[in-house]
Amino acid sequence: MSALFTDAFLTSLVLGALTAGIPLMLAGLGEQISEKAGVLNIGIEGMMLFGAYAGFLVAYHTGSIWLGFLGGAVGGMAVAVPMAVLCIRMGLSQIVIGIALTLGAEGLTALLHHFQFAQSYPRLPAVETLPIPVLSSLPVVGPALFDRPPIVYLAVLAVFVTAYVFRATQFGLALQAAGDKPAALDAAGVDVVRVRTIAVLITGGLAGVGGAFMAEVGAGIFVPFMTNGAGFIGIVLAMQARGKPLWVLCGALLFGACLSATTALQVAGVSIPTDVIQMLPFAAVLTVLVLFGRKASLPPALGTHYVRGAR
Amino acid sequence: MTDTQISTPDLTEADRRDQTARAEARAELWRGRARVALLGIGPVIGALLLSALVLLALGVDPIAYYGFVIERGLINPYGLQATLTRMGPLLLLAAGLIVAFRAGIWNLGGDGQFLLSAVVVAALCPLLAPHLPVWLVLLVGLVVGALVGAVWSVLPALLKAYQGVNEIITTLMMTFLGVSFANVLVKLAFRDPATTVPQTRTLAVADRLPRLFDTTVSSGLLIGLVAVIAVHLVMTRTAFGLKLRIVGANPRAAIHAGLPVPALTVAVFALSAALAGLAGAVEILGVQGNVRADWNPHYAMTVIPLVFLARFNGFGSIAFVFLFSVLSIGGESAARRTGVPNFFTLVVVAILLVMLGVAEYLDQRRRAAGK
Repeated sequence: MSALFTDAFLTSLVLGALTAGIPLMLAGLGEQISEKAGVLNIGIEGMMLFGAYAGFLVAYHTGSIWLGFLGGAVGGMAVAVPMAVLCIRMGLSQIVIGIALTLGAEGLTALLHHFQFAQSYPRLPAVETLPIPVLSSLPVVGPALFDRPPIVYLAVLAVFVTAYVFRATQFGLALQAAGDKPAALDAAGVDVVRVRTIAVLITGGLAGVGGAFMAEVGAGIFVPFMTNGAGFIGIVLAMQARGKPLWVLCGALLFGACLSATTALQVAGVSIPTDVIQMLPFAAVLTVLVLFGRKASLPPALGTHYVRGAR
Repeated sequence: MTDTQISTPDLTEADRRDQTARAEARAELWRGRARVALLGIGPVIGALLLSALVLLALGVDPIAYYGFVIERGLINPYGLQATLTRMGPLLLLAAGLIVAFRAGIWNLGGDGQFLLSAVVVAALCPLLAPHLPVWLVLLVGLVVGALVGAVWSVLPALLKAYQGVNEIITTLMMTFLGVSFANVLVKLAFRDPATTVPQTRTLAVADRLPRLFDTTVSSGLLIGLVAVIAVHLVMTRTAFGLKLRIVGANPRAAIHAGLPVPALTVAVFALSAALAGLAGAVEILGVQGNVRADWNPHYAMTVIPLVFLARFNGFGSIAFVFLFSVLSIGGESAARRTGVPNFFTLVVVAILLVMLGVAEYLDQRRRAAGK
C-alpha cells in the first residue's frame, strides 16, 4: 500500500482531479445559474459537446488557445440560443428541447468531425502553464495546483465571481426571483423572459468553455461524444450545491478525482478496467442522492414556463 | 343514409336536432384527427427538408442520399425485413416510455436497463441452451431480461416515491452506471473464454426467437407490437391506466383523491423498466445472439423523441418507430456506400423534435387566435 502513496501518485491524482474537475465545475456553475432562474437545462450536455468541438476547431486553425476558449463559449451559446427561443420565449418543454439539443449536438459534431478530422485525427500542442511564484514550488500540490494553464485560475475565479453576483448584485436577485416567484419579479418591473434568456446564454457560454477545456487542455484532441455525460454530472452538481457556487467547486473536484483515478492508479502500477473507474462518479452521485436526497432543494418555478398575466 | 332519415316526416324535431349535433360532432372529430395527423406529418416533412440542407452543407447530394436510404431501408426486401426486425426492441422501449410518460415520470434510464438486461440474457441463455428445450430458454431469457430491467429502476423509483428526488437525474445516472457496469460484466464476469475479443458466449442461431413465416423478420416484432398496443389500451381504457394518468397530470390531486401515489410511482417504474429490459432480451434473443464489449446502440435515447412525436399514443408510436427504423437501417447502408456516417440520423431526430415543438406552438397560437 505504501507504494501507492508516492509523490508521483499524489501529484498525478491532484492534477487529474483538477483537469477532469474544471469542465465539470464550469458545467455545474452554468447549470446552477440556469436553475436559479428557473430553467432546467438538460441541453447542457449538448452545449458542452458543441463547445468542445468549436473550441478545438478554432484553436486548431488559429493556433491560439485563447481564441479556442472564445470559440468554445460561442459554440456553447449557439446551442443555448435555440433553448432560449424555444423554451423561454415559446414555452416548449424544457426536457424535450434539452434532449433534442443534446442529440443534435452529438450527431452534428460527430458528423462534422467525420468529414473534417476522421482521416487525420490532429492533436493540439500541450497548453503552456503559468506557474504562480512561491506556491508552485510547494511539494506535491505545488506543481499540480499552481503550475497550471491560466484558464484554470480564471475558471476558479468564475466561482467566486458567481458567488458575488448571486449574493450582492441586482442581477443575482433577479435570477433568484425568476426561479422562486417569477410573477413577483414581473410585478417589480423586471422582464422575466429577459432574465432567464441571459441566464441560459451564460450557461451556454460556461458549458462551452468547459467543453473546450476538455478538448484543448484535457485531451488535446476532439473525439465524438467526448463529454460522455459530463454535462449531466454538472446538473447533479448544481442540484446538490443548492445554489452555492463554492459547493459546485468542491463537488467538481471530488468527481474529477474519481474520473482521474484510473490514470493515477496506472502511474502507481495498479491496472483495473477503465469501466470500473468510470462507474465511480455516478455511484458517488447516487450515494449522495440516497443520503441527502431530501435536502436537494430546487427553485419552486424550476422547469415551468412563465406567461405574463396567466394564472 | 342519414339524409333519407332526416327527411322522413315521422322524425320529431328533437331527433333531427340530435342528429345534426351528432353529425357536427363527427365532423369535429375528423377535423381533430386531421389536425393531429397534420401535426404529426408536418414536422416530419420539415425535418427531412432541413436535414437535406445539412447534407447539402456537407457536400452530399440529399436526393441521392434519401433515395439510397429509402431503397435500402424500405424497398429492398432484405432491407425491409431488417427494418421490421429492428422495430421489435424499439417498440418495447416505446411501450415502456409510454407507461412512464403518461404517468408523468421521466424514465430517461432506458439505455442502462436495456443494456444490462441484454448482457445478463446473453450470458445466461447460451449456458441454458444445451440443457433445456428452446422455447423454455427463450421464455427464461425474456422473463430474466424484464426482471433485470426492473431491478435497475428500483433505486430511482424509491428515491422518487419516498424522497421526491427528481427521477430525470437519477435515471440518467443509473444509465451511465449501467452502461459501464454492463461493460465490466462482459469483460470480467461473463466473458466467453473461447474468443480473444471480449464478448459473451453466443446463442446459436437455431436457439433464437423464431422468424416470421418465410422471412428473416424476427418474432420480436410481434412481441413489440403486442406490448405497444396492450400498453396503449391499458393506459387509455382501464381504471389502472386512469389512475396512472391522474398521478401524471396532477400528483397532488391524486393524493387528495386517495390514490396510493408512492406505490403507483414504483409500479410505473417497474413496468417501464421491465419493458426496456424485455427490449434488451428481444434484441439479444432475436438479433445479436451475444454482447460485445462497448456495444451500446443508444436505442432508448432515440426512442424518447419518437414517443413524444406520437404524443404518447401507441399507434402513433408504431408509425414513428417504423419511420425511424427505415431511416436507421437505410442510414447504416448509406454510411457504407455514400460516406455519410449514421450519426446523421441523430441530427434528423433532433430537428424533428424541434419542428414538433414549433408545430405545436403554432397550432396553439392559431387556436388561441380563433377563440
